[in-house]
Amino acid sequence: MRAIITVVGKDMVGILAKISTVCAENNVNVIEVSQSILQDMFCMIMLVDVSKCNIEFTAFAEKCKKLGEDMGLSVSAMHEDIFNSMHRI
Amino acid sequence: MINTKDILETINMIQEENLDIRTITMGISLLDCADSDIDRACGRIYDKICRKAEKLVETGENIEKEYGIPIINKRISVTPVSMLLGASGGDPIKYARTLDKAAKTVGVNFLGGYSALVHKGFASGDEALIKSIPEALAETERLCSSVNIGSTKTGINMDAVKLMGEIVLESAIKTKDNGLVGPSKLVVFCNAPEDNPFMAGAFHGAGEPDCVINVGVSGPGVVRAALSKIPDADITEVADTVKKTAFKITRVGQLVASVASERLGVPFGIVDLSLAPTPAVGDSVAHILEEMGLEQCGACGTTACLALLNDAVKKGGVMASSHVGGLSGAFIPVSEDAGMIDAARSGSLLIEKLEAMTAVCSVGLDMIAIPGDTSAEVIAAIIADEAAIGMVNSKTTAVRVIPAIGKKDGEEINFGGLFGVSPIMKVNTCSPAKFINRGGRIPAPLQSLKN
Repeated sequence: MRAIITVVGKDMVGILAKISTVCAENNVNVIEVSQSILQDMFCMIMLVDVSKCNIEFTAFAEKCKKLGEDMGLSVSAMHEDIFNSMHRI
Repeated sequence: MINTKDILETINMIQEENLDIRTITMGISLLDCADSDIDRACGRIYDKICRKAEKLVETGENIEKEYGIPIINKRISVTPVSMLLGASGGDPIKYARTLDKAAKTVGVNFLGGYSALVHKGFASGDEALIKSIPEALAETERLCSSVNIGSTKTGINMDAVKLMGEIVLESAIKTKDNGLVGPSKLVVFCNAPEDNPFMAGAFHGAGEPDCVINVGVSGPGVVRAALSKIPDADITEVADTVKKTAFKITRVGQLVASVASERLGVPFGIVDLSLAPTPAVGDSVAHILEEMGLEQCGACGTTACLALLNDAVKKGGVMASSHVGGLSGAFIPVSEDAGMIDAARSGSLLIEKLEAMTAVCSVGLDMIAIPGDTSAEVIAAIIADEAAIGMVNSKTTAVRVIPAIGKKDGEEINFGGLFGVSPIMKVNTCSPAKFINRGGRIPAPLQSLKN
């Protein structure tokens, strides 16, 4: 199963590093990353493979959300299908 | 990978514009629980509901976390209880208590189906069940009730209309010290759908399979936000934008419905693509109408805007789901919609205008507080008017009015939570008593020579 992690918030040092660390710790493989900075708003989208994740995906999504809260960012990890179903026929 | 813009659009819909799945409702047939012994029937009902819906709440919560889409309610609808009562006889309150207990055990917040279908007449069990509704709703916490009193094919059962006027009032009196929860959980229908997942009117029709998953989507905030981006567009573009947005919303409903049905091992029934408002800011159907260009909901033009909205939502949603059903359209519950509440407070939205709106919306007069001294005959006549609109236009209409016992028009009542706040609306008090007391049936309308 693949998921999409989105990170939106104020740019700061170490965002990518911290998110990647959570992924690595839980055996989540990063497939693709795209990021952009508009003025000083940071926006990153990661496509990840969670099929070998060593915890339940719902727990992993919680962890990402919590990390975002700690850093003052909005972070969400969601199943890829919600985007596929909404934007692709 | 899907492009960034689309991903952010989805995230924004959920986080900023209140996109959510309003309900996953499991429909459970209780026909195989019928028994001539009421206690044995109750035992079977409790066991069947607990068995079928054991994992409903847990599954819903897991989907919510995995897909990142809020699923607000997990609910159950059951076979109209009057059918079981017909077989068993006895005290219908036993069924009410059993259903309430089962709902609590499995953790759903509402269970619908304390219902009777009497559009042509009362069968065994129907009248006793209807007469027990006020007590059943006062005694239980999560039970919802509905009664179908008319249909396009059968006409309107005026004896049932009269009875329901009394029942609504009695239900309010019985729960006057408990936030008037009775009438807010009681819906009187014409052309009631058998697969509606929304409360309080959900029940599991006799033509439905043994167990089924129906999903109700929502998202008025998303539609309003989409329209706010095209402030100067013509109406054609407005309709197209609503359609496209409804399509996206419904796709999410379809996804959740198919995942839930697979995980629970229960067939997928329908997606109900309704715009269901909540009192939360940014979750209002009235604000969509205002975004189209009305100063306030209730202004002249409201019915036309609502007709456009209701139709475009259906058109957009139909292609997004393999099976569409239930009520599907725009709901206009006054107390549950921030824009409607404001419009009712300012005097822009009157009950007569709401009645006109129900001719083109998906349901009817919904969550409207009326003065506590309104007579049972007047309530019955409101039901008759509303049923007539549904009967003639071949659509579902419903009445859920709340007689605010001890209060007058101009005052307000707060139901709390999802039920919201409602200004008490003025009702025409000229007496329809003679008409209501005649009884009998309004014959089914002609389906040709339509003018």
